Amino acid sequence: MTRRLTELFWRHPIIVLLLVLLCSAAIITPAILSVGNILLMLRQYSALGIMAIGVTFVVLCGRLDVSIGSLTSLVVVVAIALHDAFGPAISIIAAFAAAAVVGLINGVLIAYLRLSSLVTTLGMFAAVQGVAHVLAVDSKKLVENPDQSWFAFIGRGFVFGIPVPVLLFAAIAVGSALIMTRTNFGRAIRAVGGNEKAAIYSSINAKAIVFWSFMISALCTCVGGLIMASRVMQAQSDTGVGLEILALSAVFLGGTSLGGGVGGMGRTVIGVIVLAAVSNTLVLTGAPAEAQWLVSGSIIILAVWLDSVSRRRRLLA
Amino acid sequence: MSLRRDTVDTPRVEGGRASPLYGLIGGVWSATGKSPAWPLLVILCVFFAFQSPIFLSLFNINIILSQAALTGVLAIGLTPLVISGNVDFSVGAIAALGTCVAVVINNQLGFFPAIALTLMVCALFGLLNGLIVERLGLSSIIVTIASGTALKGLTFIIFGSGTIMATGSLFLDIGYYKVAGISVSVILFLLLAIVLALMLRLTVHGAHTFAIGGNRQAALDAGVNVEMHVLANFAISGLMAGVCGIILVTGLGAGAPSLAPSYELWAIIAVVLGGTRLAGGGGTIAGTVAAALSLTVLRNGMNLMQIDARWFLIVLGSSLIVALILDRMRSGEPETAE
Repeated sequence: MTRRLTELFWRHPIIVLLLVLLCSAAIITPAILSVGNILLMLRQYSALGIMAIGVTFVVLCGRLDVSIGSLTSLVVVVAIALHDAFGPAISIIAAFAAAAVVGLINGVLIAYLRLSSLVTTLGMFAAVQGVAHVLAVDSKKLVENPDQSWFAFIGRGFVFGIPVPVLLFAAIAVGSALIMTRTNFGRAIRAVGGNEKAAIYSSINAKAIVFWSFMISALCTCVGGLIMASRVMQAQSDTGVGLEILALSAVFLGGTSLGGGVGGMGRTVIGVIVLAAVSNTLVLTGAPAEAQWLVSGSIIILAVWLDSVSRRRRLLA
Repeated sequence: MSLRRDTVDTPRVEGGRASPLYGLIGGVWSATGKSPAWPLLVILCVFFAFQSPIFLSLFNINIILSQAALTGVLAIGLTPLVISGNVDFSVGAIAALGTCVAVVINNQLGFFPAIALTLMVCALFGLLNGLIVERLGLSSIIVTIASGTALKGLTFIIFGSGTIMATGSLFLDIGYYKVAGISVSVILFLLLAIVLALMLRLTVHGAHTFAIGGNRQAALDAGVNVEMHVLANFAISGLMAGVCGIILVTGLGAGAPSLAPSYELWAIIAVVLGGTRLAGGGGTIAGTVAAALSLTVLRNGMNLMQIDARWFLIVLGSSLIVALILDRMRSGEPETAE
């Protein structure tokens, strides 16, 4: 019995960790398990979750994207600035266009010029944040009548009692999981992340794969940014500061490894839920807001370590 | 493997007669670590000197240098670590911890115990990062992003979110004190840069650092104690973050957990711009110093030209990417995420 349990633990360490965390959270604050609280918790974290899903594509390719926080700021600034003058449809299209440009630049530089993804996206982190600041100077920072516009529906709406951001998160997560498991593109991403040279020799167009992973990351970030913009209906050019670290934390927490090829969308969703549950529990118990940094930082290291040990054990077995 | 990438070359001259001028230029060029950041720095300085008469005043030069010293100290501390193939994203958080420890110990026990304890705590935290990375065999990017977040939370919990003022004026006195118009922090920064540069060039530890970054497996096979050298580099990076925290306190007379925000990103940008490869194996302290100075000169010059400070980020980001493209055109070898 004990041996079975340990075996189960080492096969799915992250899921066991999640269950332990959720159970202890529920014991500390039983209120966390109410349906209302769970929906609220998911609603708060779905924008981040969508971004984390996007970044997972990049990490599965063996790359990093630290520009998504700045891109979120840019998306929020663009969407709010154009909303009153041109209407929600145009502002959403413009936000997607801005995100596509950032994804395009990242993709071309990293996939086709073969630059280091960490440094390139660090550069974009600075540059895109700068563009967001510059654009925010003379543009509108507030939507006049937030309740009149259907744009509010994205961040504030409910369908059958479920918040729209949660539905978007679920739809994008399921769609991405299907892409990863059912399509050639998904298999190619895993191949490129696992062994790029071998992938190229198997006539996979590795450059295109890497390029599109950065495009997907940027577009997912755009969806997340639009949710945030629609919720607050205000443009602050530093909205996205630090989000890249949070999104990467969720990805790593789920056990998608930087070595590439290993991991997946389901794991990222788990990572997001753990982050959300931890911060929710700490807020409900009245711990200082910064305590969640300490806890989530420690959990990430623990999770990454457990994951690497379990992988080594599977290799030996 | 680039064990000695930066040894002095004699300049090649047609006809075999080396003019002394060439010798001098060659000597200066190799002393700068042959980093493209030095020409960049010279060009920026000449450009801004023509744009603004204030730029070359001693007062302004001291401002530039003392601003550069802050992220510069972090960047030179990171350089040996990056050369040995690792990154530390937690240095900003360590520096913030350093400011709090320095002020609190200063108020309880006095100035010198504060300095000693701050440096010790920060170096120990760097060492802890190293132990997690080396002993558990994890990626330094992930570990230090997570440990930086955790440390920031811990600092807030221990010291509260407010600013802690230092009693006594010793910190501020040091901050105001100038030697020939140059602040003490600048002199400290340049001294530390020289020490680290000599460490990389002259000591066994330096040679092994290059060897580990160039080919870790080969270094292991050659009997190099890889773990010890990597741990030492992590500790150095933590130590330098502590120095950065102390310099911050001499400027402000106070400490706070929210200080040094995203300094780690600026420091890493300076390291990369200075010509150190993130993949490890090559790089120089001199290049990092030039890059840290260039970044500050750029910001300062744009201020003097009354360009909106918001443009600085755009210029910085694009110049980093251009530097990367130039480097790729020069070397041609691809680099991956880690």
